[in-house]
Amino acid sequence: MSYTEKELKKELDNKSYEFGFVTDIESDKAPIGLNEDIVKLISSKKKEPQWLLNYRLKAFQIWKTMKEPDWAHVKYTKPDFQNISYYSAPKKKKELQSLDEVDPELLKTMEKLGISIEEQKKLSGVAVDFVMDSVSVATSFKDKLGELGIVFCSFSEAVQNHPELIKKYMGTVVPYTDNYYAALNSAVFSDGSFCYIPKGVRCPMELSTYFRINESGTGQFERTLLIADESSYVSYLEGCTAPSRDENQLHAAVVELIALDKAEIKYSTVQNWYPGDKNGKGGVYNFVTKRGICGYRSKISWTQVETGSAVTWKYPSCILKGDYSIGEFYSVAVTNNFQQADTGTKMIHIGKNTKSTIISKGISAGKSQNSYRGLVKIGKGAKNSRNFSQCDSLLMTDQCGAHTYPYIECENPTATVEHEATTSKIGEEQLFYCMQRGISEEKAISLIVNGYAKEVLNKLPMEFAVEAQKLLEISLEGSVG
Amino acid sequence: MSDTLIEIKDLKCRIDNQNILQGLNLKINKGEVHAIMGPNGSGKSTLSSVLAGNDNYEITKGSITFLGEDITEMSPEERSWKGMFLAFQYPVEIPGVSNINFLRTALNERNKYFGIDSIPAKDFLKMVAEKSMLVGLDNKLKNRSVNEGFSGGEKKRNEIFQMAMLNPKLAILDETDSGLDIDALKIVANGVNKLKSSENATVVITHYQRLLDYIVPDFVHVLHEGKIIKTGDKSLALELEKKGYDWLKTDTAI
Ligand SMILES: Nc1ncnc2c1ncn2[C@@H]1O[C@H](COP(=O)(O)OP(=O)(O)O)[C@@H](O)[C@H]1O
Ligand SMILES: [Mg+2]
Repeated sequence: MSYTEKELKKELDNKSYEFGFVTDIESDKAPIGLNEDIVKLISSKKKEPQWLLNYRLKAFQIWKTMKEPDWAHVKYTKPDFQNISYYSAPKKKKELQSLDEVDPELLKTMEKLGISIEEQKKLSGVAVDFVMDSVSVATSFKDKLGELGIVFCSFSEAVQNHPELIKKYMGTVVPYTDNYYAALNSAVFSDGSFCYIPKGVRCPMELSTYFRINESGTGQFERTLLIADESSYVSYLEGCTAPSRDENQLHAAVVELIALDKAEIKYSTVQNWYPGDKNGKGGVYNFVTKRGICGYRSKISWTQVETGSAVTWKYPSCILKGDYSIGEFYSVAVTNNFQQADTGTKMIHIGKNTKSTIISKGISAGKSQNSYRGLVKIGKGAKNSRNFSQCDSLLMTDQCGAHTYPYIECENPTATVEHEATTSKIGEEQLFYCMQRGISEEKAISLIVNGYAKEVLNKLPMEFAVEAQKLLEISLEGSVG
Repeated sequence: MSDTLIEIKDLKCRIDNQNILQGLNLKINKGEVHAIMGPNGSGKSTLSSVLAGNDNYEITKGSITFLGEDITEMSPEERSWKGMFLAFQYPVEIPGVSNINFLRTALNERNKYFGIDSIPAKDFLKMVAEKSMLVGLDNKLKNRSVNEGFSGGEKKRNEIFQMAMLNPKLAILDETDSGLDIDALKIVANGVNKLKSSENATVVITHYQRLLDYIVPDFVHVLHEGKIIKTGDKSLALELEKKGYDWLKTDTAI
């Protein structure tokens, strides 16, 4: 063979994680540890109103009584919650008035991520909010969106400028009592994104948030709240990266979506947190609670491409409360080396004639473990509701694992629930066929995998589909065995 | 420049501890058409796989020289870039990857190897239109996933379409005629003939003399138990059609 194993390995080592750089920015970091004072400190740093502080404190009390969940098909050393700094903000001298004032180091970071804000502005017409460690740094396009009455800003800004919306909706979809990580997030969240689309408005551009953990020894706890008022439409994308570090960093986010009557929210995620090295050292723990609620004839679509993180625990869900509402979940989850992912969705059918679709494509390589876990629940009143689920697993090696845990609870006999599942190993014959045509093994793998995941990748906004494809390619390099 | 395109010397290979090719010799010059016939299981597909570089087969002896270079250890993709093409007996399906994308990737990878710029979309599409006409490939199939849900005949045609796109120096057609009706057979054969030149060569593996009426071979070889046991001209194919293989098998037994 002209392309030796050695060369392949070398290439792999070089390419393993393209986003593993650390940005040298002075930051304002809270002392490590977690107690009531830290919660108060975060709240005061953010100049929050009393009710929000109370909310945090209640969440903290509840969290202390909760146990970290252990039902997922993942094994990891539980994080030491007293050994994390819960607040880290890039230091800034004064309030930023415009992009030009953003720290040049930070701008460089964004460029390395391939999201030069300037470029984004000019080329794709995507409005970007950038959250580094815990704090939202820059939101582009604010004025243009403002003309339509669209609010797109950091969560902290929204707390200051739109407290009535925050107060009305925050915690209504994911209450702080929901689960261990949601409670933790509710106590210590530091920033995140907020978005409100007014009645009847179709948001004319993709809204996008980039999250990045930069500081060592910190956790990232962001909150996203997205409200689509009646008959409005929005497409939202979040991207995530983190530098390569030996330690495990914690990311525990909460995302709440509210689609009021006849509204539609498309929420896409390209998750590329640092997965750890090829021996399983380091990597981000990604414990995320994402949920949306649908009003009458409204629709929420979750699309996720999950390639990063050492451990992923994530189930973007839809509560189909309104009659005729629609929930969708399209997922590609890739695990390589020692990564573990336990991900899926919950579709809770409450309203009549509600409909949900689940397409999950798991890809496991190396010694990784990849699980789909999904619940389809049809409530008593959910007459004529329908669900279709398809869960496919693609195995790249003999040492990895793919698991499917579909749970179905049906309390209404008029509902139809369909579930299909397949598991296949990447075909040697497919690879040889490609190679015979002059497509190298690496490229062939990426081609086959992209083909396999196409149904999901096609759901991503155009601008990001290419990026997602590249990520799949990078994540799976040298993965066949 | 020598006229030899490929030379196979005393080639032996095995898979799963079973010897398949057992000392095969074959030399093919530019401009020639060779037909390989032989009973089921005699090693025809194995030979084409090994020539294409499938490393599931362990080569235990012998060598393959392609355009003056020993390629016995060369990767399949590099062989492809240098001009080797195999039309598979059983073309593989690749769900979600369009025929067009597949071929563009293949061509670009080859260009990259030779340090040539990737082919502009416009030229590529023009080429696709031309070549698909050559083999009468249904327009719809170009945008469908590679071979997915294609009928047997469509798959075979698609192989020849790919061959036309890649314009190989050595094309090996492994039972491309099986599963084709007479009209499709004519179209495919016609396509192959149009691609023929004094610079390239074709190996046609087939059971049926019928195909050889359309693609006329210069040599006909009979493969049996991993060895070429007889070589003749076109008339040998006619003889085989009448008499079968048994008379040859006993021949060698003597
Ligand atoms: N992957 C394999 N494992 C074991 N035996 C094989 C394999 N592939 C082919 N063979 C054996 O090799 C012999 C030649 O097969 P093949 O080359 O497909 O013959 P042909 O194409 O002439 O019909 C047969 O006996 C077949 O069973
Ligand atoms: Mg055969």
